[in-house]
Amino acid sequence: MSGFSSFLPIAAIIVSLIAFVLIILFDKKPNAREAVTIIAAISKFGIVFSMVGYVLDGRYPQMRLFSLSPGIDLALRVDEAGIIFALLASLLWIVTSFYSIGYMRGLSETRQTRFFASFALCLSSTIGLAFSANLLTFYLFYEILTIATYPLVTHKGTPESIKAGRKYLAYLLTGGVILLVAIVYTYQISGTLDFKPGGILPAGASFAELAVLFSLFLVGFGFKAAIIPLHSWLPSAMVAPTPVSALLHAVAVVKAGVFGLVRATGFVIGPEVLADIGAGGVMAILASVTIVIASLLAFRQDNLKLRLAYSTVAHLSYIVLGLALFSDYAWNGALLHIVNHGVMKITLFFCAGAIYVKTHLTNISDLDGIGRKMPLTMSAFTIATMGLAGMPPVAGFVSKFLLVEGAFADGRAVFGVVLLISGLLNAGYFFPIVYRAFFKSPSDNTGKNEAPALMLIPIMVTAGLSLLFGLFPDGIFHFFNLAQNAVSQLAGGIW
Amino acid sequence: MIEHLPALIPITLILFAFIAGVLGVMQFKLSRNVAMLGALAAFVLSVTGTIQVLQTGPMHYSFGSWPPPYGIEFVLDTLSAFMVLVITGIGSILLMFPTKPGFMIDEQKGATVYTVVLMLMAGLCGMVLAGDLFNLYVFLEISSLSTFALISLGGGKAAVASFRYLIMASIGGCFYLLGVGFIYFSVGSVNMADVLQLLPAVYDSPSVIGGAILMVTGLCVKMALFPLHTWLPDSDTYAPPVVAAFSAAVQIEVSAYVIIRLILNVFSPEFIIGLTPITDIIAWISAAGIIIASILAVAQQNFRRMLAYSSVAQIAYVGLGIGLANPLGIVGGIFHIMAHSLMKGSLFLIAGGIRHHTGIWNINDFQGLGRRMPWTIGAFTIAAMGMIGIPPTAGFFSKWYLLLGSIEGDQWVFVAVILISSLLNAVYFFRIIEKAFSPPAESTASVNKTGELPKRMLAPILILAIGTLIVGALNVLVVNELIMPVVEGL
Repeated sequence: MSGFSSFLPIAAIIVSLIAFVLIILFDKKPNAREAVTIIAAISKFGIVFSMVGYVLDGRYPQMRLFSLSPGIDLALRVDEAGIIFALLASLLWIVTSFYSIGYMRGLSETRQTRFFASFALCLSSTIGLAFSANLLTFYLFYEILTIATYPLVTHKGTPESIKAGRKYLAYLLTGGVILLVAIVYTYQISGTLDFKPGGILPAGASFAELAVLFSLFLVGFGFKAAIIPLHSWLPSAMVAPTPVSALLHAVAVVKAGVFGLVRATGFVIGPEVLADIGAGGVMAILASVTIVIASLLAFRQDNLKLRLAYSTVAHLSYIVLGLALFSDYAWNGALLHIVNHGVMKITLFFCAGAIYVKTHLTNISDLDGIGRKMPLTMSAFTIATMGLAGMPPVAGFVSKFLLVEGAFADGRAVFGVVLLISGLLNAGYFFPIVYRAFFKSPSDNTGKNEAPALMLIPIMVTAGLSLLFGLFPDGIFHFFNLAQNAVSQLAGGIW
Repeated sequence: MIEHLPALIPITLILFAFIAGVLGVMQFKLSRNVAMLGALAAFVLSVTGTIQVLQTGPMHYSFGSWPPPYGIEFVLDTLSAFMVLVITGIGSILLMFPTKPGFMIDEQKGATVYTVVLMLMAGLCGMVLAGDLFNLYVFLEISSLSTFALISLGGGKAAVASFRYLIMASIGGCFYLLGVGFIYFSVGSVNMADVLQLLPAVYDSPSVIGGAILMVTGLCVKMALFPLHTWLPDSDTYAPPVVAAFSAAVQIEVSAYVIIRLILNVFSPEFIIGLTPITDIIAWISAAGIIIASILAVAQQNFRRMLAYSSVAQIAYVGLGIGLANPLGIVGGIFHIMAHSLMKGSLFLIAGGIRHHTGIWNINDFQGLGRRMPWTIGAFTIAAMGMIGIPPTAGFFSKWYLLLGSIEGDQWVFVAVILISSLLNAVYFFRIIEKAFSPPAESTASVNKTGELPKRMLAPILILAIGTLIVGALNVLVVNELIMPVVEGL
């Protein structure tokens, strides 16, 4: 594995920064403004995609910019784990951009410039943290992401959204400062912050030091990864416009937390050290508890977006559980579930948004017969729910299979059982919606009434991706190979 | 010519102060322009001096060619270069702010205001450059008296605040001078380098320890370090905005610098850190100050008063850095001087601008301001991010070095203090951001429709706000070139 100097990583970040500025300048020209978003999204994806080939060959594009602190550079390095996350985020940004235009215009939302500008900034920081080569660079983008999402959460300006915004900041900034301590402490112990497969801690670190460090990382990232009991900002943040919930609160922001755990466990502390101090067990138990409780809480939600939010909390912990199991299969499954959960959950949020725009309904109990009015939307919804319940041939099956396999192969069957039960719970809280939508008769017979094409096509695309990744896990984007390579990098003699 | 640089910086300021005063009587506008020119000239000299120091090492200047320790000596090393850069740089930017909103005076009445401001800057530069303890005191009094006069321009309650400042600053000055006397009686010299040589022989003398404590205590008053900060909230609330900015962004920092100077180059770290509990005490009262002042800031409704309490908390960051007494901690403290002066300068000008332009000073009335003044509130947001310590602003990096220093010193309590303070900062700054970016309330919408601040006010605000980002990005340059050389001896 080798790195080579390249401007591609920085270009991928800067593209949406430029868009951020242009969007603000085009405040008064909505069409030009939206064109900027679309062009930026497509070029960003293009740049990220162009690096897939290199990374598959084991050649990492990298770039050192300048020093952030003596001995620590603002450095980017595109490895397998990073590009998986970046590819997912930039791919879904394109779809979300189209969808957002349909959504925001469909509802005649105010302050659209602020909305699209913040979105572009969020994407810059997401790609930035995916490509970060060390913890300090990572932290920089991680915090910018927290701040840039705040205007989106409070977008509506209602007392409820302002309250959600406060909660959001209280949780995520607290997570941020705890993470900062973890980073400073890492630097103190190891003298470096550069990510390295297998970890960077010196051999001599004591149990107490390692336990403290691991706890700091787990709690620091736990806020964004919405591990129970640090999760409650996420359901509150559902007050944001649906595209925000879809891309940021199902993909970019929450996955940034999970991705942080990938970096912390695989590239900073290292699986070997974690196994020594018994950290895997703690993480796995926390994740299992989160999966079960969040699934049960999801049952109680009548608000569709809230039910999706609790489902997100549960599925994020699938990934955390996979990381905690420290085996090839489990890690492979965890990395793939970042992608698969992303495409499936975004489909569900898109559907919720489409329903809202067309009918202004938010509660599941009002959705009787919605499938007859919006058959395409609800078909997509059905596909995604099947995937989340882990049924083939949808994407969720592949990652879940690997996760369960990982649990059983490693002799920790109990966690495999948790995953299997969770599949049933998923079916339990999702399928009644599908049943209502298709098999109950609507209160009024207005006939077919689909969302506008700008929203419907994105829904079809993400549902299609969910199927594609289920049938061909390595199709087009090589997510499967990338995940496998990432794991074999880490495994280097460990597993 | 170049060897005169250390002396030229304050002398230029004094010279221009004189010219500005004479011209001010004839034509006010001219006085303002001359003052800006003077500040800028001093800044250029500081930059030249800094480059010179980086190339050839510290510069020593003896007035009238009397060799130290008998004559008066000025020393320009990397640390004093750093400070004169901050004083003259921030000073030049603050002077750009228009006179009427900046000093709250009518142009006809304020003939001498710019003279006093330049004298203040000269006094501060003198404190930084002085190579002996007594001349430092002289310049300290010059700066105190100028500030006293300037605060009183605010009228009304400012008169009381200014009197309060005069008393507290005099007490601080007296303590310092008493301390100098103790040192002089012990070693027979007031030249810093000389004292450093002579002191080891009398380290255990009670008068040396007493002198050190008196000097540091006096400076803590001037620095507004909790719990000796009581003069600052009033003076920063009622003084004219530019004066408050000077006081919070430059003046209290210079006193902090003097303490660092005393520790490093007068008493030597072995003495202060090893033989007295001074740094430990400073660290703990700073930690207490950070938390208490932040909580008080959260409780304020008046924007200016909130900023004032925030200054008390932020200067305690510098105090904490000093108190940690390890290289990374002191780097954090010194770097925070620059970071804080940029952020707080910008914030006080914003407060002044908004007050003058719309009459708003209460945080509750900020509702909807973001739409009306996007640039001002944008600058406010950047400066606020700096105060909270969000990367990549300069404020983040001072926090970073302070955390590194705390963990290196195994001071987990201070780690917690820094983190809690970040969150408290977030509470009181996001409260304003939240208000400003909310849709305007029905009731206020009809009252006042004024738009963005005029460009003349906006320019210095934006320069300072963007400065926090640039200094953040260039922090390694500042730290490696200017700060590291002086703390390496620790």
